[in-house]
Amino acid sequence: MSVGEITHIGRPTNRVDGRLKVTGQAHYAAEYPADDLLYGYIVGSTIAAGRIAAMHLDAARQFPGVVEIFTHENRSKAAWLDRSWRDEVAPPGHPFRPLHSDRILFDGQPVALIVAETFEAARDAGSLIRIAYDVDAHCTELEAKRAEAYVPPEQRSGIPPPPDPRGDAEQAFQDAPVKISRDYRVNAEHHNPMEMFATTCVFEGDGKLTIYDKTQGSQNAQGYVTSVFGLRSKDVRLVNHYVGGAFGAGLRPQHQLFFAVMASLELQRSVRVSLTRAQMFHIGYRPDSYHTVSLAADRDGRLQSIMHDAVASTSHYEDYQEAVVNWSGMMYHCDNVKLTYQLAKLDTATPCDMRAPGAAIGVTALECALDELSYELGIGPLEIRRINFASKDENTKKQFTSKALLECYSEGAAAFGWEKRSPKPRAMREGRELIGWGVSTGMWDAFLQKAQATATLKVDGTLEVATAASDIGTGTWTILTQIGAEAFGLPLEDVQARIGDSTLPMSPVEGGSWTAASNGSAVQAACDAVKHSLFKQARKMANSPLADASFEDVEVRDQRIFRKDDPARGLSVFEVMHAAELKEITEQGKVSPNLRQMLKYTSYTHSAVFAEVRVDEYLGVVRVTRVVCAAAAGKILNPKTARSQILGGVVMGIGMALHEEAMTDHRLGKIMNANLGEYHVPAHADIEDIEVIFVDEKDDKVSPLGVKGLGEIGIVGTASAVANAIFHATGVRVRDFPITIDKILNAPRPS
Amino acid sequence: MNQIPHYPQISISLTINGTLHELKVEPWVTLLDLLRERLLLTGTKKGCDQGQCGACTVLVDGKRVNSCLALAVSRDGAEITTIEGLAQNGELHPLQVAFIGRDAFQCGYCTPGQICSAAGLLAEGHTRSRAEIREHMSGNLCRCGAYTNIADAVEDVLMPRIAAKEAAE
Repeated sequence: MSVGEITHIGRPTNRVDGRLKVTGQAHYAAEYPADDLLYGYIVGSTIAAGRIAAMHLDAARQFPGVVEIFTHENRSKAAWLDRSWRDEVAPPGHPFRPLHSDRILFDGQPVALIVAETFEAARDAGSLIRIAYDVDAHCTELEAKRAEAYVPPEQRSGIPPPPDPRGDAEQAFQDAPVKISRDYRVNAEHHNPMEMFATTCVFEGDGKLTIYDKTQGSQNAQGYVTSVFGLRSKDVRLVNHYVGGAFGAGLRPQHQLFFAVMASLELQRSVRVSLTRAQMFHIGYRPDSYHTVSLAADRDGRLQSIMHDAVASTSHYEDYQEAVVNWSGMMYHCDNVKLTYQLAKLDTATPCDMRAPGAAIGVTALECALDELSYELGIGPLEIRRINFASKDENTKKQFTSKALLECYSEGAAAFGWEKRSPKPRAMREGRELIGWGVSTGMWDAFLQKAQATATLKVDGTLEVATAASDIGTGTWTILTQIGAEAFGLPLEDVQARIGDSTLPMSPVEGGSWTAASNGSAVQAACDAVKHSLFKQARKMANSPLADASFEDVEVRDQRIFRKDDPARGLSVFEVMHAAELKEITEQGKVSPNLRQMLKYTSYTHSAVFAEVRVDEYLGVVRVTRVVCAAAAGKILNPKTARSQILGGVVMGIGMALHEEAMTDHRLGKIMNANLGEYHVPAHADIEDIEVIFVDEKDDKVSPLGVKGLGEIGIVGTASAVANAIFHATGVRVRDFPITIDKILNAPRPS
Repeated sequence: MNQIPHYPQISISLTINGTLHELKVEPWVTLLDLLRERLLLTGTKKGCDQGQCGACTVLVDGKRVNSCLALAVSRDGAEITTIEGLAQNGELHPLQVAFIGRDAFQCGYCTPGQICSAAGLLAEGHTRSRAEIREHMSGNLCRCGAYTNIADAVEDVLMPRIAAKEAAE
């Protein structure tokens, strides 16, 4: 190539939306103005189960500024059938319908919406509502419901059930010389993105609504609105340009969307509804879970038996499911495997996918158990993982499209200095701090989903790429801009990405770490189609210098289309469009999973996480002083934003390991710490050094771009690496997450 | 702005990002809601509305403050700087530049609060190390987990200032 050696793919480009975000100009759902805007405030139930006996609304109604109060008694008409309420990612069951009846299914369930002229009036009037309940018995404690656990009768779409057992895991466990069987618990977690769920529903006056909603899927949320309220699709546009974090909580439409649209339609005015921080704890959450993991090995450390049984919470109205135990059947080579997964119903809201749903808890249990087995064997924790490397997916007998996990182990270990580790627990200390080093493997799906995009090349040579993807902080704006710029050899400034709008080409919800691979590949396909069209037009021109060229012979770069072997022979984009009397060329691109390839291959992202902790011997205070996360994730589009994805996953993993715990008073069925002061998420002071390594991994099958996705992998294995480091530091094994000070201090002292 | 006539309103004046605003507000309106809902300065974020997350951090008379915990009427006469007022004549504040360069945000929602808080930290003048940056920025939560990058960005701006100050002394 002779001209404009711009390559955007693989460059650590700054975020294209960076300037807007650091100047306060990026607008989130609650930040769009509207004329005559009304404010809605949701009032929640104060019991966990029962019925509303009476609602006393008079004082609230008379409060100055109140326009209307909606309850189950006057809620406007909405769809009748369950299927109308079921969004793209809903689990089996009966989706929750706000204000549907007097039934209370969980604490904090919305029971009224106050609509007023100001936010303060709506909020203050809400405090004047009095509700009498007929209280039913409730249970919010998973342990109490373990005996009633059941295998979900209907499988959640897209979630594989545990594989059939292979070999004879029980017999092999009996026969093996070295074995452990342990119980673990991972407490429920709450997503708590910094932006609270909010919707501004702008009543456009001609039967049309423009809805600004915090969601991970503009089309999923738009489809929910049209289906629930019986609106025409063309009358409802849903926008989510900027999303202040979500981590899975925004995959399904949240209550405020229903309420804002309902009130807007009913009152014929624009309405904004935001959840409060406390209400953010009454929506979907990462399920509470218990695990029993039994592992057996021969004396050389080769796994002879793996058994993983998990019970996780769900609600009374839906069977939320995730792949919790399946990982235990494919992370390591083993011929005798038995995996079981059951649900138990609690009087809570339905759980919801949270960063690496299933893997974040299932892998944590497995990786702690493997660490325990390594000490039983007297084999190093990294070594035992290498010994049991799985070269194919033994659950499905399929080949991996790539798996550079061994490189993750070696590059991560080298960066961490793992070889200096003393094998015995409590062997490293500095002053009163015990130092421990732990390791864990991580694994997450590398999905490709059906997605579409358009690319538009304009006569001035600039490019626009569009797809209804979302950017929840993941960097979607930036990587799609890079992909477009790469395709046409343009500077980033000449490329405009358009995302976050239900009217754009079809996109799945932004989740599962599939956006870069799916929407990115769709954008690339659209760009290729535009180049083809441009070439066709160029060749048609009189005396075209490309008349005898084939498409493979040409390149588009710097607003020119030219012969690769003779860059002087070419035409400018302007010349071609001008001759063809075109203002722009727009083409579509589509991708979908390669079903034939999927018969033989399967794709995953892998990682090795190394953690150092320092534990105050007397106080039990744990500091995570270093983490190295080495990930194998195919091609890295943007090392800067990619690294941030891993950093974020690691930080949330540290929260899972040490901090995050919703404390429910089971007598009341109520979360008592539903705020960010008492439900501690990692703060600046909790986070010290984190190093991210992307090992080289070429994969020509996982997606047309060779990209795997990074949103989830950073959290998988982090909590277990920290837990394993705490054991190495202290000799104390805590099997109940989060590992708080009390659990460390109360554990029996090692002999 | 929607107002209800028989609410008691109090006249206050605030200088916000250099512009004097003569305002009438109800006594229960927080500085945060005044900025966001009435003045449409939505760069200041509401992350918890109870002083626990720091997303609403603004500078009041140069000091960092959780604007959700301040009633607007209690700040009569104050000078307020929000994220919209940090850039001067279109030129970004050094912290804003450093945040972009270090990728010190992902979703961007805590970012205005982080940057205003860091600006307050610089003005306080007692933070001297990375460990102290982490400690003194701990009132600003970032759920995306950009902490190490935020610390890098603050360090980028803070350390040369400390060095310059020491050289001058």
